[in-house]
Amino acid sequence: MSLKDKYKNLQGWLAGFSVITLVVSAFALGIIFWGGFNWTMEMTNTEQFCISCHEMEDNVYMEYQNTIHYSNRTGVRATCPDCHVPKEWGHKIVRKIRASNELLHKVLGTINTREKFEANRLELAQHEWARMKKTDSRECRNCHSFDSMDYTAQGRRAYKRHIKAVDDGQTCIDCHKGIAHELPDMHEVDASVVVGQKSK
Amino acid sequence: MKKILLAGTILILGFAGVIPQLLAEEQVNSLRGDHALDENSIEPEMKNWQLDRDPIARDHVKQPPLIPHKTQGYTINLKFNKCMSCHSWTKYKDAGATKISQSHFEDRDNNVMANVAARRYFCTQCHVPQVDAKPLVENTFQPLPTVK
Ligand code: HEC
Ligand code: HEC
Ligand code: HEC
Ligand code: HEC
Ligand code: HEC
Ligand code: HEC
Repeated sequence: MSLKDKYKNLQGWLAGFSVITLVVSAFALGIIFWGGFNWTMEMTNTEQFCISCHEMEDNVYMEYQNTIHYSNRTGVRATCPDCHVPKEWGHKIVRKIRASNELLHKVLGTINTREKFEANRLELAQHEWARMKKTDSRECRNCHSFDSMDYTAQGRRAYKRHIKAVDDGQTCIDCHKGIAHELPDMHEVDASVVVGQKSK
Repeated sequence: MKKILLAGTILILGFAGVIPQLLAEEQVNSLRGDHALDENSIEPEMKNWQLDRDPIARDHVKQPPLIPHKTQGYTINLKFNKCMSCHSWTKYKDAGATKISQSHFEDRDNNVMANVAARRYFCTQCHVPQVDAKPLVENTFQPLPTVK
């Protein structure tokens, strides 16, 4: 059968359907794919998914459990995707595509022991800091904002710096590093926050 | 014979728990008070950490000052010391905090370190945050009037 014949054959086959059936089935398929896509997006946007990898569970998740975003006075919890995955659709897709890099490193075993994790931690943290700095800590601001803060209800160390931060254009991550996990070894980043060495 | 009988009676009474019982009459109160051992203890009231406030007056020379702010969630480990992110010499101005004492830079052989020395690294060994709690034991310490 020549290509032309094949095409004719297809045409004939299609003619068997009414236009309406075609539209309806395309619509139905669209829903299924779209639903499946969104479902995948939802499924991969839960804490359960994140900690299905022991790399995430044994390190960052354990540490996060001791912090205010896991348990606090008001009982509102911030989960992994709340801080790490953008809410807004376009940004979310971009982040998800980037995250396929994590799959690669899962296979490579880049951080599959605590030692390896600690050795790579500074780099991973710096990626996150850079991302948050670039977006003016967008994910923090999904829940917190300078505008909705009652400064009179804050501690005196907090409100003084927040008021100044607004003027200086500083963002949350400038001052609140290590809010949900232990920090990497800070010797290289800032020698004033680690134990002093003998000065020669 | 009589002696043996007497000793025997004492022993039996002793084992029967009469002697411990008699001795227990004059019980010493432990910290848990005269609360019976088999009862549930009374829960002490929970205390809240005090909010941030002015530095707290010191009572004597070389006293490690008390911490006048909350410290929950402040990590101190080998990799990072949260306290130093406000109290170090490079940070204290921005943070509006008291500069860490230079005495903290010396190790035990009087070598001066480039930053806080290892023996002063774990700040909360000496500096403690406060709750509003009555002291368990009365304290009548008075600072010398000349150094108050
Ligand atoms: C398949 C296992 C796996 C899952 C599931 C997973 N991660 Fe990871 N994650 C990794 C690995 C491996 C790395 C290290 C990547 C590297 O070395 O660059 C990593 C790195 C990261 C980083 C550092 C990123 C960077 O830019 O360096 C963040 C943040 C992170 N994960 C958050 C999450 C969150 C949030 C979730 C859930 C939505 C999640 N991970 C789910 C395996 C996983
Ligand atoms: C899902 C919402 C949510 C997100 C996202 C979030 N937070 Fe929070 N944050 C909270 C809640 C809830 C509390 C606890 C409030 C309380 O009960 O005191 C909190 C508390 C805090 C505190 C107070 C800590 C203390 O010891 O009192 C800081 C600082 C903070 N968040 C910073 C951040 C930063 C920085 C980010 C971004 C990396 C962020 N938050 C992202 C909800 C969130
Ligand atoms: C210039 C530095 C700075 C910036 C920028 C900053 N903070 Fe803070 N923040 C502080 C300090 C200092 C405290 C008080 C000390 C502490 O909680 O460790 C504080 C405390 C807080 C608290 C607890 C308030 C309280 O009364 O205990 C929250 C919540 C918070 N910050 C959220 C944020 C969020 C959200 C952002 C970004 C929109 C932000 N901060 C940006 C310095 C900053
Ligand atoms: C309150 C916001 C917040 C929550 C909740 C949170 N993270 Fe993070 N995460 C951060 C910030 C900020 C960083 C950047 C490093 C830092 O400052 O500690 C980070 C860094 C990381 C890194 C890079 C390695 C490192 O330690 O720096 C990984 C991996 C990670 N997070 C995974 C997770 C996972 C998995 C969860 C859920 C169990 C989670 N995060 C929950 C804010 C958060
Ligand atoms: C977010 C910044 C910040 C952090 C982190 C911090 N402090 Fe402070 N600290 C201050 C400020 C600001 C003051 C001064 C109080 C005031 O005037 O509000 C202070 C006061 C003190 C004082 C009293 C000094 C005096 O002159 O009486 C001590 C002691 C102290 N802090 C110890 C600590 C310790 C120990 C830690 C770590 C567990 C710590 N601080 C973490 C900001 C901070
Ligand atoms: C071994 C006990 C000890 C440890 C550990 C310790 N300090 Fe002190 N600290 C003191 C004593 C004692 C003083 C008062 C005498 C002096 O200035 O040396 C003091 C004074 C201070 C002062 C007030 C300085 C002034 O100018 O009045 C600050 C701030 C301070 N310490 C912060 C810290 C911080 C931050 C750490 C942790 C990095 C720390 N200390 C660890 C004992 C300690």
